[in-house]
Amino acid sequence: MATKGPIQPIVDPMIDPRTGEYAVIAPGHNFKSVTQKIGGIVLTANTPLAWFFGLIVAAGIAQGVIVGITWLVLKGIGIWGVTIPGAWGFAIINFVWWIGIGHAGTLISAILLLFKQTWRNSINRFAEAMTIFAVVCAGMFPLIHVGRPWVSYWLFPYPNTMNVWPQFRSPLCWDVFAVSTYATISIVFWYIGMIPDFGTLRDRATLPLAKYVYGMLSLGWRGSTRHWIRYETASLLLAGLSTPLVLSVHTVISFDFAVAALAGWHTTIFPPYFVAGAIYSGFAMVLTLAIPIRKFYHLEDLVTLRHLDNMAKVMLGTGLIVAYGYGMEVFMAWFSASHWEFFMMWNRMFGPMGWAYWMLILTNIASPLTTLWSRKLRVNVGYLFVLSFIVNIGMWFERFVIVVTSLYRDYLPSSWGTYKATRWDYMIFIGTWGLFTFLFLLFARFLPMIPMSEIRMMLPQTKVKRGGADSETVVEETA
Amino acid sequence: MPPREGIYGLLAEFNTPTDLVFATEQARQAGYRRMECYTPYPVEEAAEALHFHSTRVPLVCLLGGLMGVTTAFLMETWMSVWAYPLNIAGRPLFSWPAFIIPAYEWTILFAGLSAAFGMIALNGLPQLYHPVFNAPNFRNGATTDKFFLCLEATDPKFSLTETRGFLEQFPAVSVVEVDH
Repeated sequence: MATKGPIQPIVDPMIDPRTGEYAVIAPGHNFKSVTQKIGGIVLTANTPLAWFFGLIVAAGIAQGVIVGITWLVLKGIGIWGVTIPGAWGFAIINFVWWIGIGHAGTLISAILLLFKQTWRNSINRFAEAMTIFAVVCAGMFPLIHVGRPWVSYWLFPYPNTMNVWPQFRSPLCWDVFAVSTYATISIVFWYIGMIPDFGTLRDRATLPLAKYVYGMLSLGWRGSTRHWIRYETASLLLAGLSTPLVLSVHTVISFDFAVAALAGWHTTIFPPYFVAGAIYSGFAMVLTLAIPIRKFYHLEDLVTLRHLDNMAKVMLGTGLIVAYGYGMEVFMAWFSASHWEFFMMWNRMFGPMGWAYWMLILTNIASPLTTLWSRKLRVNVGYLFVLSFIVNIGMWFERFVIVVTSLYRDYLPSSWGTYKATRWDYMIFIGTWGLFTFLFLLFARFLPMIPMSEIRMMLPQTKVKRGGADSETVVEETA
Repeated sequence: MPPREGIYGLLAEFNTPTDLVFATEQARQAGYRRMECYTPYPVEEAAEALHFHSTRVPLVCLLGGLMGVTTAFLMETWMSVWAYPLNIAGRPLFSWPAFIIPAYEWTILFAGLSAAFGMIALNGLPQLYHPVFNAPNFRNGATTDKFFLCLEATDPKFSLTETRGFLEQFPAVSVVEVDH
């Protein structure tokens, strides 16, 4: 590593001398070492005690979902803070927040694959897992907020004795199609990505049960070249399909608002602004998860500062789009010359719930977008960890501001009301954090968190040297 | 079906992808056709050496997508116009712009499922048993860090002694017989 030169400054081995950037993978790894590093987390016989502790705490918090939903089914949605005119509350806020978080996983696995951003390989698998668990948390809310959750299957078009069919002109019906497609494709993409790694785990496992289970999950994968070519084609196609899908999902969700004739919702900027916000919060969540995981499982060689730096850059970019969206909302409130738009914005900023708006500006705009320009802070692990929480709080407030402050003071002052969440709202929301963490901990223990086959492709020894490393080998034609 | 007996092929193990691709190219030149490479990650050069280019996965995906868009759009039209006509604020029953969105989602859903399951089906998976797993060194390396070339016994040019001699001139770690 140390080359003889006239002046040798102290060089971080992680920094590539040619580009001055942090390396995507620490030098000195080979096929075997990355396999052992990643596979070892899953195949170890010694589960870390902290994992059990985390699982128990997460399971405890997740009880909030079970208790909350049980009470909801028994009593009805009157236990929530929703009322007229604030008919939408925590359920829709949490739904949009969680599904937005999921978007970064698909962005990383699909869009960055199409753009050949190979640094994504290290974070792709757990970002996809994050997507699926976030969609699980998100998907619950529309089902339970319909009032009679036990008949929520009525949302789907299925032949029934009532001869009733869904109403396809409603954005809420579009939601059903968008979110169910998103969940299905995300799970399939995630599973397809894991098949070769299941093969590796099957071959490296020592426990008979692990061999059996991973063997079944691998479908008998044997790494045949013809299989690999079809596999790569299918992955690329899935990436190509997931890209318009992920953009459409949050677009459809923004239609839930934009199609309604309500000041603060009825705007054409919503689709791009929702998608950018989704990716912004999703990358924040990837950081929230990646930073403790790389520390706990000693994966600093594979999830390097380069990854954190790049993710912070994506956050800066999408954060600026979000800031533009906020700016445009304010501008249009004035430029539209609509009395209702103007009042909505004034009320949002200076009304009784103005604190939420300024909280949003502080957490989503002021703190990240002023500091992420600094490379020093972008590679400061502790700072990024704290910031990732701040941004996700900010993105939650964004949805709160959009949903609540547009609704509670609408056109007719005599119908004005307010919105106050109840303890059941909070219980179910906090419960979903526990559910998400619980699922994620199970994933970290039993499934390969980093795609081994994709990491192998990033190592220098992957390259096939052309034109004869073995030129002295003479091959005689056998007649 | 009674289990097939006898030899499946000869399996050569290599340490680097370069050696594997070179051996594959030479085997192809020597006239071998029924052969397969096994690698721990996709090696495109090995596919080129095998002259394996096009796959039918994109076609399956396209057909799936077309099926999705047609199914969704026709379903929406039938339900909204004939099966359960509803007057929603005076909008036409055949509100095709609104129908595009679920149809768009189902295009992606069907195309994605077709690509994924089509790939699995075209690969002949799930196939939990395969003769190459019988080779003692296969499972230790093929999914971790070794590169394998298998010349199969069904090839007309295959001969246990000559093919073994052919494979042994390459820097292979080992050449082993694989039984059914």
